Amino acid sequence: MHSAILLIEFGSLLLGLGLLGRLSARLGFSAIPLYLLAGLAFGEGGLLPLGASEEFIATGAEIGVILLLLMLGLEYTASDLVTNLKSHYPAGLVDFALNALPGAAMALLLGWGPVAAVVLAGVTWISSSGVIAKVLGELGRIGNRETPVILSVLVLEDLAMAVYLPIITAVLAGAGLAAGSVTLAIALGVAGIVLFAALRYGRVISRFVSSDDPEKLLLVVLGLTILVAGLAQQLQVSAAVGAFLVGIALSGEVAEGAHTLLSPLRDLFAAVFFVFFGLHTDPASIPPVLLPALGLAVVTALTKIATGYWAARRAGISVKGRWRTGGALVARGEFSIVIAGLAVTAGIEPSLGPLATAYVLILVILGPMTARYTEPLAMRWSRRFGRGGDTPGPVLPSKDTRAEAQVAD
Amino acid sequence: MSAPRLRATPLPGIGTQYDLETREHRHLSVVAHRDGTRTVNVYRSDDPDSCAQSLRLTGAEAGALIDALQPAHHSNSLLSPTDLGLVAERIEVGATSHWNGRLLGDTRMRTETGASIVAVLRRAEAIPSPTPAFRLAGGDTVIVVGTREGVDAAAAILGRE
Repeated sequence: MHSAILLIEFGSLLLGLGLLGRLSARLGFSAIPLYLLAGLAFGEGGLLPLGASEEFIATGAEIGVILLLLMLGLEYTASDLVTNLKSHYPAGLVDFALNALPGAAMALLLGWGPVAAVVLAGVTWISSSGVIAKVLGELGRIGNRETPVILSVLVLEDLAMAVYLPIITAVLAGAGLAAGSVTLAIALGVAGIVLFAALRYGRVISRFVSSDDPEKLLLVVLGLTILVAGLAQQLQVSAAVGAFLVGIALSGEVAEGAHTLLSPLRDLFAAVFFVFFGLHTDPASIPPVLLPALGLAVVTALTKIATGYWAARRAGISVKGRWRTGGALVARGEFSIVIAGLAVTAGIEPSLGPLATAYVLILVILGPMTARYTEPLAMRWSRRFGRGGDTPGPVLPSKDTRAEAQVAD
Repeated sequence: MSAPRLRATPLPGIGTQYDLETREHRHLSVVAHRDGTRTVNVYRSDDPDSCAQSLRLTGAEAGALIDALQPAHHSNSLLSPTDLGLVAERIEVGATSHWNGRLLGDTRMRTETGASIVAVLRRAEAIPSPTPAFRLAGGDTVIVVGTREGVDAAAAILGRE
Protein backbone atom coordinates (compact mmCIF):
# COMPACT_ATOMS: atom_id res chain seq x y z
CA MET A 1 0.00 0.00 0.00
CA HIS A 2 3.02 2.21 0.47
CA SER A 3 3.29 2.80 -3.25
CA ALA A 4 -0.35 3.86 -3.50
CA ILE A 5 0.17 6.51 -0.84
CA LEU A 6 3.33 7.66 -2.60
CA LEU A 7 1.50 8.00 -5.91
CA ILE A 8 -1.34 9.89 -4.28
CA GLU A 9 0.99 12.29 -2.47
CA PHE A 10 3.32 12.87 -5.41
CA GLY A 11 0.45 13.21 -7.85
CA SER A 12 -1.34 15.80 -5.73
CA LEU A 13 1.92 17.65 -5.28
CA LEU A 14 2.56 17.87 -9.03
CA LEU A 15 -1.04 18.80 -9.72
CA GLY A 16 -0.82 21.53 -7.10
CA LEU A 17 2.41 22.81 -8.67
CA GLY A 18 0.81 22.85 -12.09
CA LEU A 19 -2.09 24.93 -10.83
CA LEU A 20 0.31 27.26 -9.01
CA GLY A 21 2.33 27.61 -12.21
CA ARG A 22 -0.82 28.66 -14.07
CA LEU A 23 -1.58 31.19 -11.37
CA SER A 24 1.92 32.65 -11.58
CA ALA A 25 1.67 32.88 -15.36
CA ARG A 26 -1.56 34.83 -14.96
CA LEU A 27 0.06 37.17 -12.44
CA GLY A 28 3.01 37.46 -14.79
CA PHE A 29 5.90 36.47 -12.58
CA SER A 30 8.21 33.53 -12.12
CA ALA A 31 6.77 30.38 -10.58
CA ILE A 32 9.81 29.83 -8.36
CA PRO A 33 8.46 31.75 -5.34
CA LEU A 34 5.18 29.87 -5.49
CA TYR A 35 6.96 26.51 -5.57
CA LEU A 36 9.01 27.54 -2.56
CA LEU A 37 5.87 28.60 -0.74
CA ALA A 38 4.21 25.31 -1.63
CA GLY A 39 7.16 23.47 -0.11
CA LEU A 40 6.91 25.60 3.02
CA ALA A 41 3.23 24.78 3.30
CA PHE A 42 3.76 21.03 3.10
CA GLY A 43 6.95 20.59 5.09
CA GLU A 44 7.82 20.28 8.71
CA GLY A 45 5.75 22.65 10.79
CA GLY A 46 3.55 23.28 7.76
CA LEU A 47 -0.04 22.40 7.11
CA LEU A 48 0.29 18.97 5.55
CA PRO A 49 3.46 17.04 6.23
CA LEU A 50 4.25 14.63 3.41
CA GLY A 51 5.38 11.25 4.63
CA ALA A 52 5.69 8.52 2.06
CA SER A 53 7.09 10.51 -0.84
CA GLU A 54 9.75 12.38 1.11
CA GLU A 55 12.58 10.15 -0.06
CA PHE A 56 11.37 10.13 -3.63
CA ILE A 57 11.15 13.92 -3.61
CA ALA A 58 14.68 14.13 -2.22
CA THR A 59 16.02 12.10 -5.15
CA GLY A 60 13.94 14.13 -7.57
CA ALA A 61 15.38 17.30 -6.09
CA GLU A 62 18.92 16.07 -6.69
CA ILE A 63 18.09 15.29 -10.30
CA GLY A 64 16.51 18.74 -10.48
CA VAL A 65 19.77 20.44 -9.53
CA ILE A 66 21.69 18.29 -12.02
CA LEU A 67 19.27 19.16 -14.82
CA LEU A 68 19.28 22.88 -13.98
CA LEU A 69 23.05 22.96 -14.30
CA LEU A 70 23.12 20.73 -17.38
CA MET A 71 20.72 23.04 -19.21
CA LEU A 72 22.79 26.01 -18.14
CA GLY A 73 25.83 24.34 -19.69
CA LEU A 74 23.90 23.55 -22.87
CA GLU A 75 23.07 27.25 -23.28
CA TYR A 76 26.72 28.05 -23.82
CA THR A 77 29.44 26.73 -25.99
CA ALA A 78 32.96 26.51 -24.66
CA SER A 79 34.03 29.28 -27.01
CA ASP A 80 31.24 31.53 -25.65
CA LEU A 81 32.70 31.11 -22.20
CA VAL A 82 36.29 31.68 -23.21
CA THR A 83 35.62 34.80 -25.28
CA ASN A 84 33.45 36.21 -22.50
CA LEU A 85 36.07 35.51 -19.91
CA LYS A 86 38.72 37.23 -21.99
CA SER A 87 36.81 40.40 -22.71
CA HIS A 88 34.61 40.90 -19.65
CA TYR A 89 36.53 39.53 -16.70
CA PRO A 90 36.73 42.97 -14.96
CA ALA A 91 32.93 43.08 -14.87
CA GLY A 92 32.97 39.61 -13.34
CA LEU A 93 35.39 40.73 -10.63
CA VAL A 94 33.34 43.84 -9.82
CA ASP A 95 30.24 41.68 -9.74
CA PHE A 96 31.90 39.35 -7.25
CA ALA A 97 33.23 42.15 -5.05
CA LEU A 98 29.98 44.10 -4.91
CA ASN A 99 27.56 41.21 -4.55
CA ALA A 100 29.27 38.24 -2.93
CA LEU A 101 30.96 40.22 -0.18
CA PRO A 102 27.75 41.72 1.32
CA GLY A 103 26.38 38.19 1.73
CA ALA A 104 29.56 37.03 3.46
CA ALA A 105 29.55 40.14 5.65
CA MET A 106 25.95 39.52 6.66
CA ALA A 107 26.70 35.93 7.70
CA LEU A 108 29.65 37.11 9.80
CA LEU A 109 27.53 39.90 11.32
CA LEU A 110 24.94 37.35 12.36
CA GLY A 111 27.75 35.34 13.91
CA TRP A 112 27.27 32.27 11.71
CA GLY A 113 30.94 31.66 11.09
CA PRO A 114 33.08 31.45 7.95
CA VAL A 115 31.42 28.39 6.36
CA ALA A 116 28.01 30.05 6.31
CA ALA A 117 29.69 33.20 5.04
CA VAL A 118 31.02 31.36 1.98
CA VAL A 119 27.55 29.97 1.30
CA LEU A 120 25.66 33.22 1.74
CA ALA A 121 28.20 34.97 -0.49
CA GLY A 122 27.13 32.64 -3.30
CA VAL A 123 23.45 33.17 -2.57
CA THR A 124 23.72 36.94 -2.98
CA TRP A 125 26.23 36.78 -5.83
CA ILE A 126 24.58 34.75 -8.58
CA SER A 127 21.75 36.38 -10.52
CA SER A 128 19.00 34.25 -11.99
CA SER A 129 19.66 33.86 -15.72
CA GLY A 130 16.27 32.17 -16.15
CA VAL A 131 14.23 34.99 -14.64
CA ILE A 132 16.31 37.69 -16.32
CA ALA A 133 16.12 36.20 -19.82
CA LYS A 134 12.34 35.94 -19.43
CA VAL A 135 12.00 39.53 -18.20
CA LEU A 136 14.14 40.88 -21.06
CA GLY A 137 11.91 39.09 -23.53
CA GLU A 138 8.73 40.42 -21.94
CA LEU A 139 9.98 44.00 -21.85
CA GLY A 140 11.00 43.77 -25.51
CA ARG A 141 14.63 44.46 -24.69
CA ILE A 142 16.25 41.44 -26.31
CA GLY A 143 17.51 43.67 -29.09
CA ASN A 144 18.74 46.47 -26.85
CA ARG A 145 22.38 47.40 -27.01
CA GLU A 146 22.92 46.70 -23.32
CA THR A 147 21.59 43.13 -23.54
CA PRO A 148 24.95 41.56 -24.51
CA VAL A 149 26.44 43.23 -21.42
CA ILE A 150 23.74 41.74 -19.17
CA LEU A 151 24.27 38.33 -20.73
CA SER A 152 28.03 38.52 -20.39
CA VAL A 153 27.71 39.17 -16.65
CA LEU A 154 25.39 36.17 -16.38
CA VAL A 155 27.78 33.96 -18.36
CA LEU A 156 30.67 34.93 -16.11
CA GLU A 157 28.63 34.14 -13.02
CA ASP A 158 27.72 30.76 -14.41
CA LEU A 159 31.34 30.07 -15.21
CA ALA A 160 32.29 31.19 -11.72
CA MET A 161 29.83 28.64 -10.37
CA ALA A 162 32.01 25.90 -11.84
CA VAL A 163 34.81 27.09 -9.56
CA TYR A 164 32.67 28.12 -6.62
CA LEU A 165 30.57 24.97 -6.23
CA PRO A 166 33.57 22.66 -5.67
CA ILE A 167 34.93 25.13 -3.11
CA ILE A 168 31.64 25.15 -1.27
CA THR A 169 31.35 21.37 -1.43
CA ALA A 170 34.80 21.06 0.13
CA VAL A 171 34.07 23.69 2.77
CA LEU A 172 30.77 22.09 3.71
CA ALA A 173 32.35 18.67 3.94
CA GLY A 174 34.49 20.19 6.65
CA ALA A 175 37.62 19.49 4.71
CA GLY A 176 40.74 21.08 6.15
CA LEU A 177 42.87 23.44 4.16
CA ALA A 178 45.03 20.65 2.72
CA ALA A 179 42.18 18.33 1.76
CA GLY A 180 40.17 21.27 0.54
CA SER A 181 42.96 22.47 -1.69
CA VAL A 182 43.33 18.99 -3.17
CA THR A 183 39.61 18.88 -3.90
CA LEU A 184 39.72 22.30 -5.44
CA ALA A 185 42.75 21.40 -7.53
CA ILE A 186 40.94 18.30 -8.80
CA ALA A 187 37.82 20.32 -9.56
CA LEU A 188 39.69 23.04 -11.40
CA GLY A 189 41.77 20.45 -13.24
CA VAL A 190 38.68 18.59 -14.35
CA ALA A 191 36.92 21.80 -15.35
CA GLY A 192 39.98 22.90 -17.29
CA ILE A 193 40.31 19.55 -19.05
CA VAL A 194 36.62 19.54 -19.96
CA LEU A 195 36.76 23.09 -21.29
CA PHE A 196 39.86 22.29 -23.30
CA ALA A 197 38.38 19.05 -24.61
CA ALA A 198 35.13 20.81 -25.48
CA LEU A 199 37.02 23.48 -27.40
CA ARG A 200 39.19 20.99 -29.24
CA TYR A 201 37.04 17.89 -29.53
CA GLY A 202 33.52 19.20 -28.95
CA ARG A 203 32.41 17.76 -32.25
CA VAL A 204 33.77 14.31 -31.46
CA ILE A 205 32.00 14.25 -28.11
CA SER A 206 28.82 15.47 -29.69
CA ARG A 207 29.08 12.88 -32.43
CA PHE A 208 29.40 10.14 -29.82
CA VAL A 209 26.23 11.33 -28.13
CA SER A 210 24.38 12.28 -31.30
CA SER A 211 21.42 10.23 -32.37
CA ASP A 212 18.62 10.87 -34.83
CA ASP A 213 16.16 9.17 -32.56
CA PRO A 214 14.97 11.49 -29.78
CA GLU A 215 14.41 8.63 -27.39
CA LYS A 216 17.99 7.40 -27.60
CA LEU A 217 19.39 10.91 -27.47
CA LEU A 218 17.42 11.56 -24.31
CA LEU A 219 18.65 8.39 -22.65
CA VAL A 220 22.26 8.90 -23.68
CA VAL A 221 22.43 12.55 -22.60
CA LEU A 222 20.57 11.97 -19.36
CA GLY A 223 22.56 8.85 -18.56
CA LEU A 224 25.89 10.49 -19.32
CA THR A 225 25.00 13.56 -17.27
CA ILE A 226 23.83 11.68 -14.20
CA LEU A 227 26.84 9.35 -14.42
CA VAL A 228 29.32 12.22 -14.64
CA ALA A 229 27.47 14.06 -11.86
CA GLY A 230 27.75 10.97 -9.67
CA LEU A 231 31.46 10.60 -10.42
CA ALA A 232 32.00 14.28 -9.67
CA GLN A 233 30.18 13.86 -6.38
CA GLN A 234 32.40 10.86 -5.61
CA LEU A 235 35.49 12.98 -6.25
CA GLN A 236 34.06 15.54 -3.79
CA VAL A 237 33.74 18.00 -6.65
CA SER A 238 29.95 18.51 -6.64
CA ALA A 239 27.41 16.79 -8.82
CA ALA A 240 26.14 20.10 -10.15
CA VAL A 241 29.51 21.04 -11.59
CA GLY A 242 29.81 17.66 -13.30
CA ALA A 243 26.45 18.24 -14.96
CA PHE A 244 27.39 21.78 -15.95
CA LEU A 245 30.58 20.55 -17.62
CA VAL A 246 28.68 17.89 -19.57
CA GLY A 247 26.43 20.67 -20.81
CA ILE A 248 29.44 22.71 -21.90
CA ALA A 249 31.04 19.76 -23.67
CA LEU A 250 27.96 19.10 -25.80
CA SER A 251 27.62 21.50 -28.67
CA GLY A 252 25.87 22.17 -31.94
CA GLU A 253 22.95 20.04 -32.99
CA VAL A 254 23.21 17.68 -30.07
CA ALA A 255 22.95 20.57 -27.64
CA GLU A 256 19.93 21.92 -29.50
CA GLY A 257 18.23 18.54 -29.54
CA ALA A 258 19.04 17.80 -25.93
CA HIS A 259 17.80 21.24 -24.96
CA THR A 260 14.42 20.66 -26.55
CA LEU A 261 14.10 17.17 -25.10
CA LEU A 262 15.23 17.97 -21.60
CA SER A 263 13.39 21.25 -21.06
CA PRO A 264 10.18 19.60 -19.83
CA LEU A 265 12.17 17.24 -17.61
CA ARG A 266 14.12 20.14 -16.19
CA ASP A 267 10.91 22.03 -15.45
CA LEU A 268 9.47 19.01 -13.66
CA PHE A 269 12.47 18.18 -11.51
CA ALA A 270 13.43 21.77 -10.84
CA ALA A 271 9.92 22.36 -9.50
CA VAL A 272 10.36 19.29 -7.31
CA PHE A 273 13.68 20.71 -6.12
CA PHE A 274 12.17 24.06 -5.08
CA VAL A 275 9.42 22.24 -3.23
CA PHE A 276 11.99 20.03 -1.54
CA PHE A 277 13.90 23.08 -0.41
CA GLY A 278 10.72 24.56 1.01
CA LEU A 279 9.90 21.26 2.70
CA HIS A 280 13.11 21.45 4.66
CA THR A 281 12.44 24.94 5.84
CA ASP A 282 10.18 25.40 8.82
CA PRO A 283 7.83 28.33 8.13
CA ALA A 284 8.11 29.35 11.78
CA SER A 285 11.83 29.99 11.27
CA ILE A 286 11.28 32.66 8.61
CA PRO A 287 9.89 35.63 10.62
CA PRO A 288 13.03 35.95 12.79
CA VAL A 289 15.28 36.23 9.70
CA LEU A 290 12.89 38.42 7.73
CA LEU A 291 14.59 41.67 8.71
CA PRO A 292 18.15 40.57 7.81
CA ALA A 293 16.80 39.10 4.57
CA LEU A 294 15.08 42.36 3.69
CA GLY A 295 18.17 44.40 4.51
CA LEU A 296 20.35 42.05 2.49
CA ALA A 297 17.90 42.17 -0.41
CA VAL A 298 17.89 45.98 -0.49
CA VAL A 299 21.67 46.23 -0.23
CA THR A 300 22.39 43.60 -2.87
CA ALA A 301 19.73 45.00 -5.18
CA LEU A 302 21.58 48.32 -5.07
CA THR A 303 24.98 46.66 -5.52
CA LYS A 304 23.71 44.71 -8.54
CA ILE A 305 22.41 47.93 -10.06
CA ALA A 306 25.85 49.46 -9.46
CA THR A 307 27.50 46.40 -11.02
CA GLY A 308 25.35 46.63 -14.12
CA TYR A 309 25.88 50.37 -14.40
CA TRP A 310 29.63 49.91 -14.20
CA ALA A 311 29.73 47.02 -16.67
CA ALA A 312 27.59 48.89 -19.17
CA ARG A 313 29.67 52.04 -18.84
CA ARG A 314 32.74 49.97 -19.54
CA ALA A 315 31.08 48.66 -22.69
CA GLY A 316 30.28 52.19 -23.84
CA ILE A 317 26.52 52.10 -23.32
CA SER A 318 24.65 55.40 -22.80
CA VAL A 319 23.45 56.42 -19.34
CA LYS A 320 19.90 55.15 -19.80
CA GLY A 321 21.17 51.78 -20.92
CA ARG A 322 23.48 51.62 -17.90
CA TRP A 323 20.57 51.98 -15.51
CA ARG A 324 18.61 49.39 -17.48
CA THR A 325 21.53 46.96 -17.25
CA GLY A 326 21.71 47.41 -13.49
CA GLY A 327 17.99 47.03 -12.96
CA ALA A 328 17.84 43.89 -15.08
CA LEU A 329 20.50 42.09 -13.08
CA VAL A 330 18.79 42.33 -9.68
CA ALA A 331 16.73 39.12 -9.77
CA ARG A 332 18.17 36.18 -7.86
CA GLY A 333 16.54 32.81 -8.15
CA GLU A 334 17.20 29.19 -8.85
CA PHE A 335 20.96 29.18 -8.30
CA SER A 336 20.79 30.97 -4.98
CA ILE A 337 18.47 28.21 -3.86
CA VAL A 338 20.78 25.53 -5.32
CA ILE A 339 23.67 26.95 -3.30
CA ALA A 340 21.61 27.30 -0.14
CA GLY A 341 20.28 23.79 -0.72
CA LEU A 342 23.81 22.37 -0.53
CA ALA A 343 24.23 24.03 2.86
CA VAL A 344 20.86 22.84 4.11
CA THR A 345 21.63 19.23 3.23
CA ALA A 346 25.02 19.55 4.90
CA GLY A 347 23.21 20.78 8.00
CA ILE A 348 25.19 23.88 8.90
CA GLU A 349 23.60 27.04 10.36
CA PRO A 350 19.86 26.24 10.70
CA SER A 351 18.74 29.82 9.97
CA LEU A 352 20.59 29.89 6.63
CA GLY A 353 17.87 28.07 4.71
CA PRO A 354 15.06 30.33 5.92
CA LEU A 355 17.16 33.43 5.26
CA ALA A 356 17.96 32.29 1.72
CA THR A 357 14.31 31.44 1.11
CA ALA A 358 13.10 34.84 2.30
CA TYR A 359 15.88 36.57 0.36
CA VAL A 360 15.08 34.82 -2.92
CA LEU A 361 11.34 35.32 -2.43
CA ILE A 362 11.92 39.05 -2.07
CA LEU A 363 14.31 39.42 -5.00
CA VAL A 364 12.59 37.12 -7.46
CA ILE A 365 9.54 39.37 -7.13
CA LEU A 366 11.49 42.63 -6.88
CA GLY A 367 13.87 41.80 -9.76
CA PRO A 368 11.40 42.15 -12.63
CA MET A 369 10.23 45.46 -11.14
CA THR A 370 13.74 46.92 -10.87
CA ALA A 371 14.37 45.75 -14.43
CA ARG A 372 11.45 47.86 -15.53
CA TYR A 373 11.59 50.95 -13.35
CA THR A 374 15.25 51.59 -12.52
CA GLU A 375 15.92 53.57 -15.68
CA PRO A 376 12.87 55.87 -15.61
CA LEU A 377 13.32 56.55 -11.89
CA ALA A 378 17.03 57.24 -12.26
CA MET A 379 16.31 59.57 -15.17
CA ARG A 380 13.71 61.50 -13.17
CA TRP A 381 16.11 61.85 -10.27
CA SER A 382 18.98 63.06 -12.36
CA ARG A 383 16.69 65.60 -14.04
CA ARG A 384 15.45 66.83 -10.69
CA PHE A 385 18.74 66.95 -8.79
CA GLY A 386 21.45 66.63 -11.35
CA ARG A 387 21.28 69.23 -14.06
CA GLY A 388 18.54 71.11 -12.14
CA GLY A 389 16.65 73.93 -13.79
CA ASP A 390 13.54 72.82 -15.57
CA THR A 391 11.61 69.97 -13.99
CA PRO A 392 9.49 68.26 -16.60
CA GLY A 393 6.23 66.57 -15.75
CA PRO A 394 6.28 63.07 -14.30
CA VAL A 395 7.42 60.37 -16.66
CA LEU A 396 5.08 57.44 -16.86
CA PRO A 397 7.37 54.43 -16.93
CA SER A 398 4.70 51.98 -18.02
CA LYS A 399 3.80 53.89 -21.15
CA ASP A 400 6.57 53.47 -23.61
CA THR A 401 6.48 56.64 -25.63
CA ARG A 402 6.54 55.78 -29.28
CA ALA A 403 9.66 57.08 -30.90
CA GLU A 404 8.93 59.53 -33.61
CA ALA A 405 9.76 58.20 -37.01
CA GLN A 406 11.79 61.16 -38.02
CA VAL A 407 15.52 61.22 -38.04
CA ALA A 408 17.77 64.18 -37.68
CA ASP A 409 20.11 64.04 -40.60
CA MET B 1 26.66 53.89 -50.85
CA SER B 2 28.35 50.60 -50.01
CA ALA B 3 26.36 47.40 -49.77
CA PRO B 4 24.55 47.12 -46.45
CA ARG B 5 26.34 44.96 -43.93
CA LEU B 6 24.77 42.86 -41.23
CA ARG B 7 26.73 42.80 -37.99
CA ALA B 8 26.33 39.61 -35.98
CA THR B 9 26.54 39.63 -32.19
CA PRO B 10 26.25 36.38 -30.25
CA LEU B 11 23.78 36.52 -27.36
CA PRO B 12 24.83 33.59 -25.17
CA GLY B 13 21.85 31.57 -24.08
CA ILE B 14 19.47 33.38 -26.43
CA GLY B 15 20.83 33.23 -29.96
CA THR B 16 22.42 35.67 -32.37
CA GLN B 17 21.62 39.29 -33.08
CA TYR B 18 21.99 40.77 -36.54
CA ASP B 19 22.16 44.57 -36.79
CA LEU B 20 21.56 46.67 -39.85
CA GLU B 21 22.05 50.41 -40.26
CA THR B 22 19.74 51.66 -43.03
CA ARG B 23 20.60 54.37 -45.50
CA GLU B 24 18.35 56.73 -43.56
CA HIS B 25 20.47 56.04 -40.47
CA ARG B 26 17.80 54.05 -38.75
CA HIS B 27 18.93 51.05 -36.78
CA LEU B 28 17.19 47.74 -37.24
CA SER B 29 18.03 44.39 -35.71
CA VAL B 30 16.84 40.81 -35.87
CA VAL B 31 17.47 38.39 -33.03
CA ALA B 32 17.58 34.78 -34.18
CA HIS B 33 16.48 32.73 -31.19
CA ARG B 34 17.68 29.20 -30.90
CA ASP B 35 14.17 27.79 -30.97
CA GLY B 36 13.68 29.12 -34.51
CA THR B 37 11.63 32.17 -33.55
CA ARG B 38 12.80 35.63 -34.50
CA THR B 39 12.51 39.03 -32.86
CA VAL B 40 12.53 42.08 -35.11
CA ASN B 41 13.57 45.27 -33.32
CA VAL B 42 13.25 48.88 -34.37
CA TYR B 43 15.10 51.40 -32.25
CA ARG B 44 13.96 54.65 -30.72
CA SER B 45 15.38 57.80 -32.20
CA ASP B 46 15.71 59.50 -28.80
CA ASP B 47 17.48 56.52 -27.18
CA PRO B 48 19.30 54.51 -29.83
CA ASP B 49 20.16 51.79 -27.29
CA SER B 50 16.60 50.68 -26.69
CA CYS B 51 13.84 49.26 -28.84
CA ALA B 52 10.73 51.23 -29.71
CA GLN B 53 9.17 48.10 -31.14
CA SER B 54 10.07 44.49 -30.61
CA LEU B 55 8.08 41.93 -32.57
CA ARG B 56 8.30 38.22 -31.88
CA LEU B 57 7.75 36.09 -34.99
CA THR B 58 7.43 32.33 -35.26
CA GLY B 59 9.61 30.57 -37.83
CA ALA B 60 6.69 30.36 -40.29
CA GLU B 61 5.81 34.03 -39.85
CA ALA B 62 9.43 34.99 -40.37
CA GLY B 63 9.43 32.90 -43.58
CA ALA B 64 6.36 34.69 -44.88
CA LEU B 65 7.94 38.03 -44.06
CA ILE B 66 11.13 37.11 -45.90
CA ASP B 67 9.07 36.37 -48.99
CA ALA B 68 7.50 39.80 -48.82
CA LEU B 69 10.88 41.44 -48.31
CA GLN B 70 12.47 39.81 -51.34
CA PRO B 71 13.05 42.48 -54.00
CA ALA B 72 11.96 40.00 -56.71
CA HIS B 73 8.82 39.12 -54.81
CA HIS B 74 5.71 38.28 -56.83
CA SER B 75 3.19 36.92 -54.33
CA ASN B 76 3.43 33.15 -54.05
CA SER B 77 3.67 32.70 -57.80
CA LEU B 78 5.58 29.67 -58.99
CA LEU B 79 5.94 30.76 -62.60
CA SER B 80 8.64 33.21 -63.36
CA PRO B 81 7.03 36.43 -64.49
CA THR B 82 6.14 35.91 -68.15
CA ASP B 83 4.18 38.01 -70.58
CA LEU B 84 1.57 35.28 -70.86
CA GLY B 85 -0.45 36.80 -68.05
CA LEU B 86 -0.53 33.44 -66.30
CA VAL B 87 0.25 32.86 -62.66
CA ALA B 88 0.60 29.69 -60.64
CA GLU B 89 0.02 29.78 -56.93
CA ARG B 90 0.05 27.48 -53.92
CA ILE B 91 -3.22 27.76 -52.03
CA GLU B 92 -3.64 26.06 -48.67
CA VAL B 93 -6.78 24.20 -47.69
CA GLY B 94 -7.17 24.88 -43.97
CA ALA B 95 -8.27 22.30 -41.43
CA THR B 96 -11.48 24.29 -40.88
CA SER B 97 -12.08 24.71 -44.61
CA HIS B 98 -15.47 24.01 -46.12
CA TRP B 99 -13.69 21.68 -48.57
CA ASN B 100 -12.02 19.50 -45.95
CA GLY B 101 -13.17 16.01 -46.95
CA ARG B 102 -15.18 17.15 -49.98
CA LEU B 103 -14.61 16.24 -53.62
CA LEU B 104 -12.53 18.41 -55.89
CA GLY B 105 -15.36 18.32 -58.45
CA ASP B 106 -17.67 20.05 -55.97
CA THR B 107 -15.54 23.18 -56.09
CA ARG B 108 -16.52 23.68 -59.77
CA MET B 109 -13.23 25.48 -59.97
CA ARG B 110 -12.64 25.50 -63.71
CA THR B 111 -16.24 26.40 -64.54
CA GLU B 112 -16.33 29.24 -62.06
CA THR B 113 -12.86 30.70 -62.46
CA GLY B 114 -11.21 29.30 -65.56
CA ALA B 115 -8.22 28.34 -63.42
CA SER B 116 -6.88 24.78 -63.43
CA ILE B 117 -5.75 22.70 -60.52
CA VAL B 118 -2.56 21.06 -61.73
CA ALA B 119 -1.49 19.29 -58.58
CA VAL B 120 -2.22 18.79 -54.91
CA LEU B 121 0.62 18.59 -52.39
CA ARG B 122 -0.19 16.40 -49.43
CA ARG B 123 2.47 16.00 -46.73
CA ALA B 124 5.51 14.73 -48.59
CA GLU B 125 3.84 13.64 -51.84
CA ALA B 126 2.43 15.46 -54.82
CA ILE B 127 -0.69 14.27 -56.66
CA PRO B 128 -0.46 15.52 -60.27
CA SER B 129 -3.62 16.33 -62.28
CA PRO B 130 -6.17 15.32 -59.63
CA THR B 131 -9.54 14.18 -61.07
CA PRO B 132 -12.89 15.70 -60.01
CA ALA B 133 -13.34 12.56 -57.84
CA PHE B 134 -10.29 13.51 -55.77
CA ARG B 135 -11.15 14.14 -52.11
CA LEU B 136 -9.51 17.20 -50.55
CA ALA B 137 -8.30 17.18 -46.97
CA GLY B 138 -7.32 19.91 -44.52
CA GLY B 139 -3.63 20.74 -44.82
CA ASP B 140 -3.48 20.09 -48.57
CA THR B 141 -1.74 22.61 -50.74
CA VAL B 142 -3.43 23.08 -54.10
CA ILE B 143 -1.43 24.36 -57.05
CA VAL B 144 -3.60 26.52 -59.27
CA VAL B 145 -2.68 27.92 -62.69
CA GLY B 146 -4.70 30.63 -64.41
CA THR B 147 -5.01 34.33 -65.03
CA ARG B 148 -4.39 36.67 -62.11
CA GLU B 149 -8.17 37.18 -61.67
CA GLY B 150 -8.89 33.47 -62.09
CA VAL B 151 -6.36 32.42 -59.47
CA ASP B 152 -7.62 35.07 -57.04
CA ALA B 153 -11.17 33.79 -57.51
CA ALA B 154 -9.92 30.23 -56.96
CA ALA B 155 -8.25 31.32 -53.74
CA ALA B 156 -11.54 32.87 -52.62
CA ILE B 157 -13.41 29.61 -53.34
CA LEU B 158 -10.82 27.45 -51.58
CA GLY B 159 -10.75 29.85 -48.65
CA ARG B 160 -14.40 29.19 -47.78
CA GLU B 161 -14.74 28.15 -44.16
